[in-house]
Amino acid sequence: MLSNQQIAEDILAHFGENVKNFEEPYELLTFTTNRQNIINLLVYLHKHETFRFRFLTDICGIHLPDNAGEEFGVIYHLHSLENNKRVRIKVFLSADDIHIPTATTLYATANWLERETYDFYGIIFDGHPNLKRILNIEEMDYFPMRKEYPLEDATRNDKIDALFGR
Amino acid sequence: MAEELIIPKNTTDALALNRPIVEDTEYTTLNLGPTHPATHGIFQNVLKMDGEKIVSGEQTVGYIHRAFEKIAERRPFYQITTLTDRMNYCSSPINNMGWHMTVEKLLGVTVPKRAQYIRVIMMELARIADHLICNSILGVDTGAYSGFLYLFQEREKIYEIYEEMCGARLTTNMGRIGGMERDLSPTALKKIKQAVYHDLPKALAEFEKLFNRNRIFIDRVVNVGPIMAERALEYGFTGPNLRAAGVDYDVRVMEPYSSYEDFDFDIPVGHNGDTYDRFMVRNQEMWESIKIIKQAIENLPEGPYYANEDHYYLPPKQAVYSNMEALIYHFKIVMGEIDAPVGEVYHAVEGGNGELGFYLVSDGGRAPYRLHFRRPCFIYYQAYPEMCKGVAISDAIAIMSSLNVIAGELDA
Repeated sequence: MLSNQQIAEDILAHFGENVKNFEEPYELLTFTTNRQNIINLLVYLHKHETFRFRFLTDICGIHLPDNAGEEFGVIYHLHSLENNKRVRIKVFLSADDIHIPTATTLYATANWLERETYDFYGIIFDGHPNLKRILNIEEMDYFPMRKEYPLEDATRNDKIDALFGR
Repeated sequence: MAEELIIPKNTTDALALNRPIVEDTEYTTLNLGPTHPATHGIFQNVLKMDGEKIVSGEQTVGYIHRAFEKIAERRPFYQITTLTDRMNYCSSPINNMGWHMTVEKLLGVTVPKRAQYIRVIMMELARIADHLICNSILGVDTGAYSGFLYLFQEREKIYEIYEEMCGARLTTNMGRIGGMERDLSPTALKKIKQAVYHDLPKALAEFEKLFNRNRIFIDRVVNVGPIMAERALEYGFTGPNLRAAGVDYDVRVMEPYSSYEDFDFDIPVGHNGDTYDRFMVRNQEMWESIKIIKQAIENLPEGPYYANEDHYYLPPKQAVYSNMEALIYHFKIVMGEIDAPVGEVYHAVEGGNGELGFYLVSDGGRAPYRLHFRRPCFIYYQAYPEMCKGVAISDAIAIMSSLNVIAGELDA
């Protein structure tokens, strides 16, 4: 049975300083890399003879406005069906330059998942064959999942947070 | 499975399929959807047609996008359950339980065995209801209406069980964080027993008799829309559609949740990943679900049906009126004043259509900081143009039907 320790050590040996912040929240190996190495890392994990992380479960974005220089995150969940093991890889991007290479060359699944991430966060996947909005209308001129768009109408004054201790 | 059947080789259909596409052909653009009875949901396909043959297609999705991920960032955890109902509305209880289990994983709550078994019963009933719809609608799309009418009677009985358990039929909001909202009532138990020991096996056997070896049905579905296992994995297929291609990946077995490890059941797999295999895998899965429910009823443990989790599970109403502490907890839970621990969780359940995942990031507040739903439909529907390339329009309908694309899950 493959352990998180083994995977982490192997990746560290190959990618050195380019991978960091190894964690195991709820037993799922999580680490961070940068956008220069993400495709190499995905290819490495895909081609690895024992790990065989060949199934892309999910790609999603996250917005952390207080995290200066690393405001946007792209989170990949990979699954090795042979070993029944999952890993989570994060890449953080600066708000001034939110470009990341596409994973569509490796996984057909990534197509719509990246379009969805672009649609909601405005993260641009370089090299994507058809990067346009998917769930929202194409005329939309903002990215709705960003934290600067609070959900409730700011002009409403019948719901005062202070009254509820918030 | 389909390999064992006689495949029509020299029929006119087969010959028409192999005719090469000529370059100077005039193509027709056909809009299939957004509201078309054969798409079973609101999504559009712009098809480029050469006569009756599909050359290429492009899907437009998002017609019923309701911004669940954004809404969830504002809501306390218990209020998100009602959002999950509306994703795959053919099997809402699975979505509900999947969400409860995600939050329980974040909080580190262990749910009592009895509640886990009740959850398994409800989830498997939901799976049967989901597959019943998919398979009987496939019948309708290939020209056989009677199977649909027979099976919808049985689905009605499953919905009566939901009603008995939670008061609702379609958008169930079943279960709570920490357990079930009420115990399995004697009436519910009676109805479940009636369903799994008598009604469902009888109806399913009859349905299979009508379809499995029906010459017309076989001609319409065998070798229609096949997908190879490798390609299916690249496209992120999960659930019955992946198993039809021959990969035995099932979240219930790979990462057992809610005591699935206690039950003895098989994972049916197909050979070719064509429409017939998807149909057969779903049929067989219903039998396996019946097997699981029988085991769960027979070994249903005694004990509480909810965990002792004051901060998330509502206290009994009697106690709220008489006990100060209970009143405080009641108020705090209902107003969503309870802060969750910091953490990030990915939890997957085997939904009606495949791996339904919840990726939850909590920053220690009352609501999730980020919640992402891994919706199996959204992921595998990408493969549709590739699967229906070169087939006739009526076959494309059968392929879509057998993929079981649910608009609610597609768009979240």
